Amino acid sequence: MVEAKFQPGDRVKVMKAYPLGHIRTPYYIRGCSGVVERICGAFPNPEELAQMRSGLPAQPLYRVRFSQAEVWPDYRGGRGDTIDVEIFQHWLDKE
Amino acid sequence: MSELGKYAPLTYFQLMEVSLRELLVEKGVVSNAEVDAVAADMKSRGPERGARVVARAWTDPAYKRRLLADGTAACEELGLDVPALRLVVVENTPEVHNVIVCTLCSCYPRMLLGLPPDWYKSSNYRKRVVREPRAVLAEFGTRIPDSVTIRVHDSTADMRYMVLPMRPAGTEGWSEERLAGIVTRDSMVGVALAQAS
Amino acid sequence: MIERSHHDMGGLPAGKVERSEHDYADWERRVDALMVLLSGIKGAQKLLTVDELRKNIETIGPEAYDKMSYYERWVVSITQTMLQRGVITTEELARKMVEVKHRG
Repeated sequence: MVEAKFQPGDRVKVMKAYPLGHIRTPYYIRGCSGVVERICGAFPNPEELAQMRSGLPAQPLYRVRFSQAEVWPDYRGGRGDTIDVEIFQHWLDKE
Repeated sequence: MSELGKYAPLTYFQLMEVSLRELLVEKGVVSNAEVDAVAADMKSRGPERGARVVARAWTDPAYKRRLLADGTAACEELGLDVPALRLVVVENTPEVHNVIVCTLCSCYPRMLLGLPPDWYKSSNYRKRVVREPRAVLAEFGTRIPDSVTIRVHDSTADMRYMVLPMRPAGTEGWSEERLAGIVTRDSMVGVALAQAS
Repeated sequence: MIERSHHDMGGLPAGKVERSEHDYADWERRVDALMVLLSGIKGAQKLLTVDELRKNIETIGPEAYDKMSYYERWVVSITQTMLQRGVITTEELARKMVEVKHRG
């Protein structure tokens, strides 16, 4: 498997890219910054599996916690509200 | 097995289901018996397994800690068959309320809760609950005060989520079985709270 | 807009959530069962991944995606995947669909 670059507590930023193919990084979270809540483990890359390839080596998958107020310009909830999204390492850069 | 087509013509998609299945059976890929058995198994699954897990967590603090650390292992500890499930359980507290969604398709802890309801898979839920969770919860009759933090969990990858609702007041001394009886599917998705009655 | 795939809908404006539920029809349960079996979950031979299934749903055009029900999308996707994997051919599918349709 690919080595994990991030640890819980690290601030990370989601790549602001809009490629084609099967993607599990939601559009709404691209370009956003958050904090690694946990390392979920390493899994075959779904983007590759969708193309009938093996998806190996397994990629680290992180649960990243984002502040809702930073994700949505018009967010009308508490300032402490969050959204957790699972994101593969290759979509993340260190903040 | 084929009650279809007797009373009404098959739709294009029903025709496809029959055709695909028959081809796969002819090729020895699956058997009709297997298809029926798996369908019957899913049909028999409601939220009971999830409710048992919640009731155990409510009555056994050490189990709750294990559940929050490794959801799948904790389910297996109770002897529940939850094949291929990678479960993360998130706990509701007086300060935090959790709600689950899969914006990209409809991922759901099926083996624990059964098949998801239509509304969970609907475009409106998938579009709005990430952006305005309080408003969506209010539509379910669930009002979360502004002082409580809302955490939304979007199941985008391999993990599946279940909410551990707060144990309602008025249930002191209840047996695990009685407690499991008040844990609803909606409370384990996070659009409702568990109620004592 | 192709930059944002139609299925990738988190955060878009929408109306009230209809709290509808329906009892799944037998054909829908069989589609679900096929998905479980073909993905190898129950120990049967793994002939597809859920990732291929998702990709094939995502490439259903937006209008069709919106019009089709959940299991209609799934049966189309499973079938497309089986075609892509070479488990069945288009010709086999065509002949079978004609045969079934004429059974009446």
